Amino acid sequence: MLTVHTQSFAHGVHPEELKEQTVGLPVARLPFVDRYVLPLSQHAGAPSEPVVQVGDQVQRGDVLARPGGFVSTTLHSPVTGRVRALAPRKHPNGQMVAAFEIEADPFATQQLPRREPLDWAAMELDAFVEQVQRAGLVGLGGAAFPTHVKYRLPEGRRCEHLVINGCECEPYLTCDHRLMLERPAAVIRGIEIVSRLLGADHSTIGVELNKPDAIDALRAACHGRTDITVTGLAVKYPQGAEKMLIKALFDREVPAGKLPLDLGMIVNNVQTMAGIADYFDDGKPLIERMITVAGPGIERPANLVVPIGTSVRAVLEYCGLRAETRQVVMGGPMMGQALASLDAPVLKGTSGLLAFTEAAIHHDVEYACVRCGNCLEACSNLLNPQKLARLARGGRLDELEQACVNDCMECGACTYACPSGVPIVHLIRTAKATLRRRKGSR
Amino acid sequence: MQELATATVIMGGLGAFFGIGLAVAHRFLRVAEDPRLEVVCDQLPGSNCGACGQAGCRAFAETLLQGVNKPSRCSVASPDIVEAIAAFLGVDPGREERRVARLHCAGGLGAARQVAAYEGYASCSAAHLVGGGGKGCAWGCLGLADCDHACDFDAITMNAERLPVVNVDTCTACGDCVTACPRDLFEILPIGHALLVQCKAPLEGEAARAVCRVACDGCGRCAADAAPGLIRMDNNLPIVDYSAGGPARANATHRCPTGAIRWVPGGQFEAAPAPTLTGDHLD
Repeated sequence: MLTVHTQSFAHGVHPEELKEQTVGLPVARLPFVDRYVLPLSQHAGAPSEPVVQVGDQVQRGDVLARPGGFVSTTLHSPVTGRVRALAPRKHPNGQMVAAFEIEADPFATQQLPRREPLDWAAMELDAFVEQVQRAGLVGLGGAAFPTHVKYRLPEGRRCEHLVINGCECEPYLTCDHRLMLERPAAVIRGIEIVSRLLGADHSTIGVELNKPDAIDALRAACHGRTDITVTGLAVKYPQGAEKMLIKALFDREVPAGKLPLDLGMIVNNVQTMAGIADYFDDGKPLIERMITVAGPGIERPANLVVPIGTSVRAVLEYCGLRAETRQVVMGGPMMGQALASLDAPVLKGTSGLLAFTEAAIHHDVEYACVRCGNCLEACSNLLNPQKLARLARGGRLDELEQACVNDCMECGACTYACPSGVPIVHLIRTAKATLRRRKGSR
Repeated sequence: MQELATATVIMGGLGAFFGIGLAVAHRFLRVAEDPRLEVVCDQLPGSNCGACGQAGCRAFAETLLQGVNKPSRCSVASPDIVEAIAAFLGVDPGREERRVARLHCAGGLGAARQVAAYEGYASCSAAHLVGGGGKGCAWGCLGLADCDHACDFDAITMNAERLPVVNVDTCTACGDCVTACPRDLFEILPIGHALLVQCKAPLEGEAARAVCRVACDGCGRCAADAAPGLIRMDNNLPIVDYSAGGPARANATHRCPTGAIRWVPGGQFEAAPAPTLTGDHLD
């Protein structure tokens, strides 16, 4: 019964885990603040289209914006209050983007209006996909890809296997771990709903072996069920990437340019599963999410449930932001982005906020590449990162495309492994952005 | 002696055979090319910059011979060369106005508010990706010299404010800086269009002045003061349209509270060169 894979995917790196700060902390709630900023584009794909006007009163959970296309999703109000503005606001990526500003009603109870559970068992797949889009759910692991898009199966495709990602391979982050520990039943419930409606034969939850208690909790929650397996995996980064997870669990490779669905699989994060359960059982759309607030710049590290749209500053101040903090990173330390402004809001795809002091920041002095090959050993997509970096620096875009630059998922393992401090991922990302711009202008 | 004769006959025969072949090919497969093409190509600068809208200098020369373009369409060639080509071809040199690259931002280090320090790879497009660099303004010049590196004519230098200074004499309006800038701040404009809006932030009032001392705050005074129709306000920014309005005069800039719209007959900024950043030419 107890199957322990010590196998994993090929290559990858072993960053220090640094999870001890928050791993033992039960999830708490961030108190409501008075102002929320909700960009219309928090997900991959088309921005949402506003449906409420400035000045309107909104209830917690009300729809603010409807999907602007199929690859787009719904945006809900995280609080009861008034729409103060629909204007450009700071996005964590540094751009000013159209966003709703909601002023919370200080006298509201902020109770979510009670809704009848949805009769999902009787649903057709199309109706289910539409409901998931209505829930505003996106991949909560960080990529923020609208979840319902994965569930629309093309003609003749079948999802045989639902794969659930509980790896949480980024250092510092522990919110998925706490979720599996505290709400394993919600995760299993979400899997039950999704796998039934997709017609999946089997579901596998992949959890890294540094979370034995989470594995136990999930196994206890699905005790006696034969259609759900919980598999422990060797600890390695980037195991949470869907292609790596599939390789680790089943020793099968998703070919470049293909999707897991081409192997009959769909990969979802554990938080997304809990989000499905919350929507279908309690009628709660995606209006808040769990994040980890940690790092040496934080006095009281925490795992928090934060309403989407809360400003980063409010979250950090609640957790005691030290004056010595010099850098705040949104997401994990490997793939996350340093923020230029603390006024940016927490988005649907935000998995953590990390504050670093001067001592904890690694100021890279860049040396010439010594062709040591560490980055090749690190790259789990089996690319040649030093070559990509060299071509990117030279602006040789056609050669970059030939060297499969678009297969790079920017996990950061190569930069982590580089002894010369070459900003490999940053170079690759820049070149990919230039490629996208060139494609757009043609 | 015999071997020598055989070799001579064989080699001579082969030579005669291929010679006749080439002569026949020359006679019957000949492509008539205007002899003037070579001459014009030699006179053109040969930088293949593409500013004229053609694939290169030779393609441009072909359009000259066809009479599609006027010689002055080449913005790299000096007036003397343009005259010489026109005289040689016996055509009108045309009166294309010189065009140069103009930057729609004046928010250098001293003017734009810095909210963070950017320490990553020193390139504008790289900084644009992560948090948009250290400036509070999400539209302004990032100052990391992508345009300088893209310019093939050394017409752009970074000044001490970390703003690109375009040398209007050497700028050929090829448009490489326009493509290089991740924030689309460059525009190729006729040099006579001296009324420049040096800001691209669509912010209004206090919000604009909070991010930059020389930001346009969208007050609209320039539009009111200029000749009717010359300037219209769009998304809190003045748009100067030389074709639509009356004479462009400097008085449109007189009441601008921040100096975002300026009368710039020559180069845009003070040209004191800044020390080049290190570390960006490794590998």
